[in-house]
Amino acid sequence: MSILEAHDLRRTFTTTTGVLRRNRKQVEAVRGVSFAIEPGELFGLLGPNGAGKTTTIKMLITLLLPTAGSANILGLDVVRDAREVRRHIGYVFGGDRGLYERLSAQDNLRYFAELYAVPARDQRARIGELLELVGLTGREKERVEGFSRGMRQRLHIARGLLHDPALLFLDEPSIGIDPVGARELRATIAGLRSAGKTILLTTHYMFEADELCDRIAVLSQGELVAEGTPAQLKARVTAGSVVEVETFSGVGPADVRGKVDAVGALPGVRSVVVDDRPDGETVVVQVEPGVDVTAAVLGTLSGIRVGRVVTREPTLEDAYVQLVSS
Amino acid sequence: MRGFMRGARVLGVGWILQLKILAVSAFDGILNIIYPLFFATTALLMFRQSGDPQALVYAGLGAAVMGTWSAMATSASGALQGQRWQGTLELLVTAPTRVALAVLPITAALATVALYSLVATLIWGRVLFGIEVHIASPLAFAVALLVTLASLATFGFLLSVTVVRYRTGWALGNLLEYPGWLLCGFLVPLDLFPEWVRVIARALPPTWGMDAIRAAAAGLDPWFDIAVCAGLGVGYAALGAFLSERLIDSARRHATLALT
Repeated sequence: MSILEAHDLRRTFTTTTGVLRRNRKQVEAVRGVSFAIEPGELFGLLGPNGAGKTTTIKMLITLLLPTAGSANILGLDVVRDAREVRRHIGYVFGGDRGLYERLSAQDNLRYFAELYAVPARDQRARIGELLELVGLTGREKERVEGFSRGMRQRLHIARGLLHDPALLFLDEPSIGIDPVGARELRATIAGLRSAGKTILLTTHYMFEADELCDRIAVLSQGELVAEGTPAQLKARVTAGSVVEVETFSGVGPADVRGKVDAVGALPGVRSVVVDDRPDGETVVVQVEPGVDVTAAVLGTLSGIRVGRVVTREPTLEDAYVQLVSS
Repeated sequence: MRGFMRGARVLGVGWILQLKILAVSAFDGILNIIYPLFFATTALLMFRQSGDPQALVYAGLGAAVMGTWSAMATSASGALQGQRWQGTLELLVTAPTRVALAVLPITAALATVALYSLVATLIWGRVLFGIEVHIASPLAFAVALLVTLASLATFGFLLSVTVVRYRTGWALGNLLEYPGWLLCGFLVPLDLFPEWVRVIARALPPTWGMDAIRAAAAGLDPWFDIAVCAGLGVGYAALGAFLSERLIDSARRHATLALT
């Protein structure tokens, strides 16, 4: 039996504009998302900002009611059996929030241990184990307000694991963490996966998803546009190549972006994306197999100062970019 | 029985840790010292003009409880808003424990801090204005104080659960602060108000608590007032617990909990 099953989940938000004459507008944040997570699996949910990842997670963790569709965790309905579902899930989100700043790490864990019904006789040992797991042993008496973001994030994970949940939701846990901290965090997540914990992870970092996830679903504009293992997703674009052209448009990125449609219309081009760099832009062109478009792309970009031109194998990030931009 | 014990533990541990949160901020501590004393001083300066020592005693007791009302009315709803800002509100809601058991310790901790304001104001009145409050029935006086504070905590709890559903619900506490000074009879006898105002006043636990405190100090029988104050406090707690589950369902439907 799957640990989590989501069937045609939908969520619509009503937004209003105006003060005296209020105009209501319906926004469909999630439009019919279905997927399942198997026991022991680390499942990645990827998508750009506003794709509906967090809304999907909030429905699954019982913070939001779906407008339509259904989801169950261990056979328990997230709407009808919300309280019982909460006993079996842990929720960790990224960023600085979600902890009591003026309390020590130990007091934070103690408080949430009570709220998550960890038996009193087990609390001390459980908190000690988790502090050890996330590398905060020796710092437990310090107030959280003095913690670095990486330490806070690891404390968040410890909090999410207090009641040994069957399914752990990690919503962009590595956001804003420095590379060393992020590496430590990935090691912690990988350790949880090795220990058999089932995890749903959302992230913007493709290398993180590639390294950690067993399967990935890609959301775009509220819809699930692809699902598979990282290798399967990469295979969608590996039969081809990627041309990267560094540009220095001088009068602003609008110049390069004005030529994106023309580059995209070239024969053999699958998709085009412009990434900003501090000193210019990088035009990333995904190309059909057996086609060389380098000269045609450079010709289309005539008038713009061009730097390095590289042709390389596609990565998971390329697959992701193609999926969400197509 | 097991469920009751677990609930009691959640309330107890929550109360201690929330008190710890309130106690460690020097800035909040200074505000808690200055704020009630400022309003008490203003009230006592006005009442001193009458030249009636009894009026000053009346105001001295009223000003002491007035500080606790202010501390609860504004702070209780503000406390939940603070939880929303720091991202802990959604964690309280997604915990398997009933949200009422998570919120009540917050307002109980605020009521405990309010106890300080009450004692400090009485001392302030004695030292600065020479108000000598003779307490005829110390035991009844202490019970009346504690029941008043407990009922204020449950009233604050009712206010604070609205914040779970309404993002700007915290403003309700600010709105009630000054009308509460009049409605609860802290400084002005309720007999001076029209009947409809008195009806509203009688629905507020501190009104009865204030009467009980004055009665206990004067050696009159305070127990009926104490009982009504306690009953209203329990009623507000029950109403808050009932509403909290419904307001959370509504918040889940209308997406008023944090979405980021």
